[in-house]
Amino acid sequence: MTETTNNWLAACRVEDAVENGGVCVKHGEEQIALFYFTRRNEWYATQNECPHKKQMALSRGMIGSITDEPKVACPFHKKTFSLNTGECLSGDECAIKTYPVKVENGTVYVGINPKS
Amino acid sequence: MVGYKFCEKLRSKTSSFNLIVFGEEPRRAYDRVHLSEYFNGKTADDLSLSTENWYQEQNITLFLNNPVVKIDREQQKVYTGNGLDYAYDILVFATGSGAFVPNIPGIEKEGVFVYRTLEDLDLISEYAKKAKTASVIGGGLLGLEAAKALIDLGIDKTSIIEFAPRLMPRQIDAAGSDMLKSKLTDLGLQIHLNKNTANIEGEGKITALKFSDDTSLEADMLVISAGIKPRDELAKACGIEVGARGGIVVDEKMQTSDPAIFAIGECALFDGMIYGLVAPGYEMAEVLATNLCAGNKSFSSFDMSTKLKLIGIDVASFGDNFITEPDCRTIIFENKHKGTYKRINISNDGQHLLGGILIGDASAYNMLLQTAINKIALPDDPEELILGARGGSEPAGAGITSLPDSALICSCEGVSKGDICASVTDGGCENIDDVKKCTKAGTGCGGCMPMVKDLLNYTLKAQGKYIKNVICEHFNYSRQELYDLIHIHELKSYDEVLTALGENDGCEICKPLVSSILASLWNEMILKKGNDVAQDSNDRFLANIQKGGSYSVVPRVPGGEITPEKLIVIGEVAKKYGLYTKITGGQRIDLFGAHLNDLPVIWEELIAAGFESGHAYGKGLRTVKSCVGSTWCRFGLHDSVSFAIRIEERYRGIRAPHKFKSAVSGCIRECAEAQSKDFGIIATEKGWNLYVCGNGGSKPQHALLLATDLDSETCIKYIDRFLMFYIRTADPLTRTATWLNKMEGGIDYLRNVVINDSLGMAKQWEHEIEKLISSYKCEWKEAVENPAIRKRFSHFVNAPEEKDPSIEFVEMRGQKRTAEWKIV
Repeated sequence: MTETTNNWLAACRVEDAVENGGVCVKHGEEQIALFYFTRRNEWYATQNECPHKKQMALSRGMIGSITDEPKVACPFHKKTFSLNTGECLSGDECAIKTYPVKVENGTVYVGINPKS
Repeated sequence: MVGYKFCEKLRSKTSSFNLIVFGEEPRRAYDRVHLSEYFNGKTADDLSLSTENWYQEQNITLFLNNPVVKIDREQQKVYTGNGLDYAYDILVFATGSGAFVPNIPGIEKEGVFVYRTLEDLDLISEYAKKAKTASVIGGGLLGLEAAKALIDLGIDKTSIIEFAPRLMPRQIDAAGSDMLKSKLTDLGLQIHLNKNTANIEGEGKITALKFSDDTSLEADMLVISAGIKPRDELAKACGIEVGARGGIVVDEKMQTSDPAIFAIGECALFDGMIYGLVAPGYEMAEVLATNLCAGNKSFSSFDMSTKLKLIGIDVASFGDNFITEPDCRTIIFENKHKGTYKRINISNDGQHLLGGILIGDASAYNMLLQTAINKIALPDDPEELILGARGGSEPAGAGITSLPDSALICSCEGVSKGDICASVTDGGCENIDDVKKCTKAGTGCGGCMPMVKDLLNYTLKAQGKYIKNVICEHFNYSRQELYDLIHIHELKSYDEVLTALGENDGCEICKPLVSSILASLWNEMILKKGNDVAQDSNDRFLANIQKGGSYSVVPRVPGGEITPEKLIVIGEVAKKYGLYTKITGGQRIDLFGAHLNDLPVIWEELIAAGFESGHAYGKGLRTVKSCVGSTWCRFGLHDSVSFAIRIEERYRGIRAPHKFKSAVSGCIRECAEAQSKDFGIIATEKGWNLYVCGNGGSKPQHALLLATDLDSETCIKYIDRFLMFYIRTADPLTRTATWLNKMEGGIDYLRNVVINDSLGMAKQWEHEIEKLISSYKCEWKEAVENPAIRKRFSHFVNAPEEKDPSIEFVEMRGQKRTAEWKIV
């Protein structure tokens, strides 16, 4: 995703993020889960709402991997989702939205699609 | 099938012999036993017993659609339909049998079929498209299979016509037949017993059956499954001895009246009997193949026990199934409610099992068969064989240890217990697929699989190789191994553990598991050292997450005793923060509807008033309930409240493989319900009785008595040991009841470990638990006093003062409740 197709939301400073865990970013009416997967040296962002029972909880879930795929498990019922693609790994048909993340000068930015 | 098996066995023993096979059907050998699965989507290829290339690979010449039509025994030559001839040194008949077709007028009409080959099935399924009603003549094994096939083809009105007064007359008795009949009727089949078909009505094609009692039955289609007729016509034509009612006569070496000619399978008549099952046929193939390779085997009478699933109904019979008084004693258990019928025939001296019949539930079949065949001595209460042991659990696999090595476990392939165990001990097999490949057990009808699995596990255990209980893809250890490794290496954070002992990035299974071990070992504040992100949903924020996203708050109320002042504090905190209050089963108070952001301030107030965390969110000690006890109650023998408070304050904060709960009752009336607790204490005249391993939940189990009349110090000492033993050895997320159920030796073993110190670990455990007790600190107090931890208790990272707007409450009975899940 290039700068021309994304608005970048300044989410937080790197030190506010939780290592190997998630925090929740407010963006207007939306809630975005931001994960700092320190072990993999990667940042991921997804919608905060778990499609299973529509709870704003994914940022509080445990992250990990299944073989090589990074994932998050919703704290409510442990439905798992790929942090790369948003696909539900627990076998349900619901996927979650994912957003690009970049870090510049110690600030974490989440890419918000102008159309959404 | 038997012909194929013979080729397979011969080739596995030798590559000499020029082997030529002449087959009448257009296909290579297929599984006729599972013929009806052809209608369930299995293809002819799926049913095939070999791959397409198998014959070529094995150096066997296979002719299909090209049967032998004449044999010249003097010249030792066979002639095929296309006019060619072939010389032989040895000739083997494996021509099997065809369907027996009774001589009923009208049998030649259109719409009448037999149920034998795949071609028959193709014809049946084609005709069935136009049929609305169908009948099957023959209520034996094959007839019932055919009836099922017709139902599968969409013919709802299918009837079974049986000449005898009962179904499956060779396998089951009258009462068994009644039970089977009622189950089949429930499935929509119509059963007509004692019916002799006299005529098949219709102009050119069948429209109805007419019986000898003058009744008739409409039928668009008829499948005849009234028995088998051995294919002995070739043998007869060339002068080989055949039986009066058909079948090529053979001796125990499968040899016919011509020394160069043999017969195996359903075409063979041995000792006056045609063996219509696969297992004896395979045994005949084995005998012949062995002897042709200079071996010396003989065929003798074969056990005709069978276990089948007909239309989902278990039907089994074994041994002498019909023997009755005065030659034996029968035990019958008939349960019309569950639709089961079980009959066993016991020798008059009560020592041996002679035979039996099982309908509706044949789970005991394998064990019963082995007991009968091996003449294993029966227990004093043989009825338990079909009723199941009542009162106390029976250790799994107990029966198989009493079997001799020669016990035939898989009769289709002739695999003994010794063979299976050897495949593990010598053959290196470690799982069921390996055993199947190595011994071929379970590759025939599959009925022996439960027993093969039991034997596999039993043998692995006996070798000291336990079935490895690896926790997840990230750690190649069981929980118990991981516990010891973390202890030895003194690892204190999840990250360290993952780096030192695991691989890749962890998951929601190993994170809480490792966190629990860390807590049980070091008792450090669980949100420090980066361990917060490795905690499960509730521990993560030291509170129970609720529907909607709010949390609950539960201060500890040891023993269920609380002062009026403290009650008031709870009331005021609840009012101030708008929380819903409820009394819990654990004799304390729960406050619901707290926003994540409010948790630290709420707890600050509670801690200031002298409360501490109740660990309602943790996998560790919850509560120690109490009854009123001797301080107030006129029945109380001892001060149960004081003891409960002492115990709760001793073990608060300790984490374990799962939650654990306790209670102390002041007398036998047990108002604190201690017998449903992980450990429970009941006062006696002389002291305390200690009970262990009770659980509530979906499968409640009462605690068992560990020791009686203990003084308080000893009681506590035993609990210390019990808890550490549990923490060290239980599987992940296992309550104490399950832990005990899985424990070899059960309560007796546990008692020996705890009271008699049979493992010599008591001192170490007491020391370890003392460390946990002395290092206890209220984790909520630590959380509110630690700014870094406190900072995490906010919903938005970029708007930390704001609460989660998606959380909604509605009013109910003067308090609030969370709004319902949105319809998904």
